[in-house]
Amino acid sequence: MNDPVYLIACCLLILGAVFVLIGLLGVFRMPDFFTRLHAASIIDSMGTLLIMLGLMLMSGINLITVKLFLILLFILITTPTAAHALAKSALHGKLKPKLGDDKS
Amino acid sequence: MVEFTILLILLSMLLALISAAIGETVYDKILAVNIFGTITVLFIAVYGFVTGRPDFLDIALVYALISFVTTIAVLKFFEYGDMGKSSTDREQDIDI
Repeated sequence: MNDPVYLIACCLLILGAVFVLIGLLGVFRMPDFFTRLHAASIIDSMGTLLIMLGLMLMSGINLITVKLFLILLFILITTPTAAHALAKSALHGKLKPKLGDDKS
Repeated sequence: MVEFTILLILLSMLLALISAAIGETVYDKILAVNIFGTITVLFIAVYGFVTGRPDFLDIALVYALISFVTTIAVLKFFEYGDMGKSSTDREQDIDI
Protein backbone atom coordinates (compact mmCIF):
# COMPACT_ATOMS: atom_id res chain seq x y z
CA MET A 1 0.00 0.00 0.00
CA ASN A 2 2.98 2.34 0.01
CA ASP A 3 4.01 2.20 -3.63
CA PRO A 4 4.59 5.76 -4.88
CA VAL A 5 1.83 5.79 -7.54
CA TYR A 6 -0.83 5.03 -4.92
CA LEU A 7 0.49 7.75 -2.63
CA ILE A 8 0.54 10.30 -5.45
CA ALA A 9 -3.01 9.29 -6.36
CA CYS A 10 -4.15 9.75 -2.75
CA CYS A 11 -2.51 13.18 -2.58
CA LEU A 12 -4.26 14.18 -5.83
CA LEU A 13 -7.58 12.94 -4.45
CA ILE A 14 -7.21 14.86 -1.21
CA LEU A 15 -6.10 17.99 -3.09
CA GLY A 16 -9.09 17.69 -5.42
CA ALA A 17 -11.48 17.42 -2.49
CA VAL A 18 -9.80 20.45 -0.91
CA PHE A 19 -10.30 22.42 -4.11
CA VAL A 20 -13.99 21.47 -4.13
CA LEU A 21 -14.24 22.84 -0.61
CA ILE A 22 -12.37 26.01 -1.65
CA GLY A 23 -14.85 26.51 -4.50
CA LEU A 24 -17.74 26.09 -2.09
CA LEU A 25 -16.12 28.52 0.35
CA GLY A 26 -15.98 30.98 -2.54
CA VAL A 27 -19.67 30.43 -3.23
CA PHE A 28 -20.48 31.29 0.39
CA ARG A 29 -18.15 34.25 0.71
CA MET A 30 -18.72 36.11 -2.57
CA PRO A 31 -21.06 39.17 -2.31
CA ASP A 32 -22.76 38.99 -5.68
CA PHE A 33 -24.18 36.30 -7.95
CA PHE A 34 -21.69 36.74 -10.80
CA THR A 35 -18.66 36.54 -8.51
CA ARG A 36 -20.28 33.50 -6.90
CA LEU A 37 -20.62 31.94 -10.33
CA HIS A 38 -16.95 32.64 -10.94
CA ALA A 39 -15.97 31.04 -7.65
CA ALA A 40 -18.12 27.99 -8.38
CA SER A 41 -16.22 27.23 -11.58
CA ILE A 42 -13.18 26.29 -9.48
CA ILE A 43 -15.04 23.16 -8.39
CA ASP A 44 -15.74 22.05 -11.94
CA SER A 45 -12.33 22.77 -13.38
CA MET A 46 -9.75 22.14 -10.66
CA GLY A 47 -11.58 19.87 -8.22
CA THR A 48 -12.88 17.47 -10.84
CA LEU A 49 -9.56 17.49 -12.70
CA LEU A 50 -7.50 16.49 -9.67
CA ILE A 51 -9.92 13.87 -8.40
CA MET A 52 -10.26 12.25 -11.81
CA LEU A 53 -6.47 12.29 -12.31
CA GLY A 54 -6.05 10.68 -8.91
CA LEU A 55 -8.53 7.95 -9.80
CA MET A 56 -6.88 7.45 -13.17
CA LEU A 57 -3.51 6.95 -11.51
CA MET A 58 -5.07 4.42 -9.17
CA SER A 59 -6.73 2.40 -11.89
CA GLY A 60 -3.76 2.07 -14.22
CA ILE A 61 -4.19 1.51 -17.97
CA ASN A 62 -7.55 -0.19 -18.65
CA LEU A 63 -11.16 0.51 -19.58
CA ILE A 64 -11.80 2.26 -16.26
CA THR A 65 -9.23 4.92 -17.12
CA VAL A 66 -10.97 5.52 -20.45
CA LYS A 67 -14.31 5.95 -18.67
CA LEU A 68 -12.75 8.31 -16.15
CA PHE A 69 -11.20 10.35 -18.95
CA LEU A 70 -14.57 10.55 -20.72
CA ILE A 71 -16.26 11.78 -17.54
CA LEU A 72 -13.52 14.37 -17.02
CA LEU A 73 -13.69 15.51 -20.65
CA PHE A 74 -17.46 15.80 -20.51
CA ILE A 75 -17.52 17.78 -17.27
CA LEU A 76 -14.77 20.13 -18.48
CA ILE A 77 -16.83 20.88 -21.58
CA THR A 78 -20.35 21.16 -20.18
CA THR A 79 -19.95 23.05 -16.92
CA PRO A 80 -18.47 26.20 -18.54
CA THR A 81 -21.37 26.08 -20.99
CA ALA A 82 -23.83 25.78 -18.12
CA ALA A 83 -22.11 28.65 -16.30
CA HIS A 84 -22.35 30.79 -19.45
CA ALA A 85 -26.03 29.97 -19.83
CA LEU A 86 -26.55 30.82 -16.17
CA ALA A 87 -24.85 34.21 -16.50
CA LYS A 88 -26.74 35.04 -19.72
CA SER A 89 -30.04 34.06 -18.15
CA ALA A 90 -29.27 36.08 -15.01
CA LEU A 91 -28.37 39.16 -17.08
CA HIS A 92 -31.49 38.63 -19.19
CA GLY A 93 -33.49 38.40 -15.98
CA LYS A 94 -32.38 41.95 -15.08
CA LEU A 95 -29.93 40.86 -12.34
CA LYS A 96 -27.39 43.69 -12.28
CA PRO A 97 -23.83 42.81 -11.19
CA LYS A 98 -22.73 44.77 -8.13
CA LEU A 99 -20.08 47.13 -9.52
CA GLY A 100 -17.42 48.82 -7.40
CA ASP A 101 -18.73 52.36 -7.40
CA ASP A 102 -22.33 51.94 -6.23
CA LYS A 103 -22.64 51.84 -2.48
CA SER A 104 -25.77 49.62 -2.43
CA MET B 1 -6.93 7.69 2.34
CA VAL B 2 -9.69 7.41 -0.23
CA GLU B 3 -12.27 7.18 2.56
CA PHE B 4 -11.07 10.57 3.79
CA THR B 5 -11.75 11.95 0.31
CA ILE B 6 -15.27 10.55 0.47
CA LEU B 7 -15.72 12.30 3.81
CA LEU B 8 -14.60 15.62 2.32
CA ILE B 9 -16.88 15.16 -0.69
CA LEU B 10 -19.85 14.39 1.58
CA LEU B 11 -19.09 17.53 3.56
CA SER B 12 -19.01 19.60 0.37
CA MET B 13 -22.33 18.04 -0.72
CA LEU B 14 -23.83 19.24 2.55
CA LEU B 15 -22.35 22.71 2.01
CA ALA B 16 -23.78 22.80 -1.53
CA LEU B 17 -27.24 22.00 -0.15
CA ILE B 18 -26.89 24.74 2.46
CA SER B 19 -25.85 27.23 -0.20
CA ALA B 20 -28.92 26.17 -2.20
CA ALA B 21 -31.10 26.85 0.84
CA ILE B 22 -29.75 30.30 1.60
CA GLY B 23 -29.38 31.48 -2.02
CA GLU B 24 -31.07 34.86 -2.48
CA THR B 25 -31.93 34.91 -6.16
CA VAL B 26 -33.29 32.08 -8.22
CA TYR B 27 -30.03 31.87 -10.09
CA ASP B 28 -28.07 31.23 -6.89
CA LYS B 29 -30.24 28.21 -6.26
CA ILE B 30 -29.80 26.93 -9.81
CA LEU B 31 -26.04 27.38 -9.44
CA ALA B 32 -26.05 25.48 -6.14
CA VAL B 33 -28.03 22.61 -7.69
CA ASN B 34 -25.60 22.54 -10.61
CA ILE B 35 -22.69 22.32 -8.17
CA PHE B 36 -24.45 19.58 -6.23
CA GLY B 37 -24.81 17.60 -9.46
CA THR B 38 -21.13 17.88 -10.26
CA ILE B 39 -20.11 16.90 -6.74
CA THR B 40 -22.46 13.91 -6.87
CA VAL B 41 -20.68 12.76 -10.03
CA LEU B 42 -17.40 12.90 -8.14
CA PHE B 43 -18.90 11.09 -5.19
CA ILE B 44 -20.23 8.25 -7.34
CA ALA B 45 -16.88 7.89 -9.09
CA VAL B 46 -14.85 7.78 -5.87
CA TYR B 47 -17.38 5.55 -4.11
CA GLY B 48 -17.26 3.17 -7.07
CA PHE B 49 -13.53 2.95 -6.57
CA VAL B 50 -13.73 2.29 -2.84
CA THR B 51 -16.25 -0.51 -3.13
CA GLY B 52 -14.41 -1.96 -6.14
CA ARG B 53 -17.39 -1.57 -8.52
CA PRO B 54 -16.11 -0.10 -11.83
CA ASP B 55 -19.65 0.00 -13.29
CA PHE B 56 -20.42 2.99 -11.06
CA LEU B 57 -18.50 5.13 -13.56
CA ASP B 58 -21.26 4.65 -16.15
CA ILE B 59 -23.74 5.95 -13.59
CA ALA B 60 -21.48 8.91 -12.93
CA LEU B 61 -21.26 9.69 -16.64
CA VAL B 62 -25.03 9.52 -17.13
CA TYR B 63 -25.54 11.65 -14.05
CA ALA B 64 -23.19 14.30 -15.42
CA LEU B 65 -25.22 14.33 -18.67
CA ILE B 66 -28.53 14.67 -16.83
CA SER B 67 -27.22 17.35 -14.49
CA PHE B 68 -26.13 19.47 -17.44
CA VAL B 69 -29.39 19.07 -19.33
CA THR B 70 -31.40 19.82 -16.19
CA THR B 71 -29.55 23.10 -15.63
CA ILE B 72 -30.14 24.20 -19.20
CA ALA B 73 -33.84 23.20 -19.06
CA VAL B 74 -34.47 25.07 -15.81
CA LEU B 75 -32.67 28.12 -17.18
CA LYS B 76 -34.72 28.05 -20.36
CA PHE B 77 -37.88 27.90 -18.23
CA PHE B 78 -36.84 30.90 -16.16
CA GLU B 79 -35.65 32.92 -19.13
CA TYR B 80 -38.62 32.50 -21.48
CA GLY B 81 -41.37 31.83 -18.95
CA ASP B 82 -42.25 28.50 -20.54
CA MET B 83 -40.59 25.55 -22.22
CA GLY B 84 -41.34 26.94 -25.68
CA LYS B 85 -44.67 26.57 -27.45
CA SER B 86 -45.69 23.08 -28.59
CA SER B 87 -46.83 22.70 -32.20
CA THR B 88 -50.54 22.76 -31.27
CA ASP B 89 -50.15 26.08 -29.37
CA ARG B 90 -48.38 27.60 -32.33
CA GLU B 91 -51.28 26.71 -34.65
CA GLN B 92 -53.73 28.44 -32.33
CA ASP B 93 -51.62 31.61 -32.51
CA ILE B 94 -52.13 31.79 -36.28
CA ASP B 95 -55.68 33.19 -36.47
CA ILE B 96 -56.58 32.98 -40.13
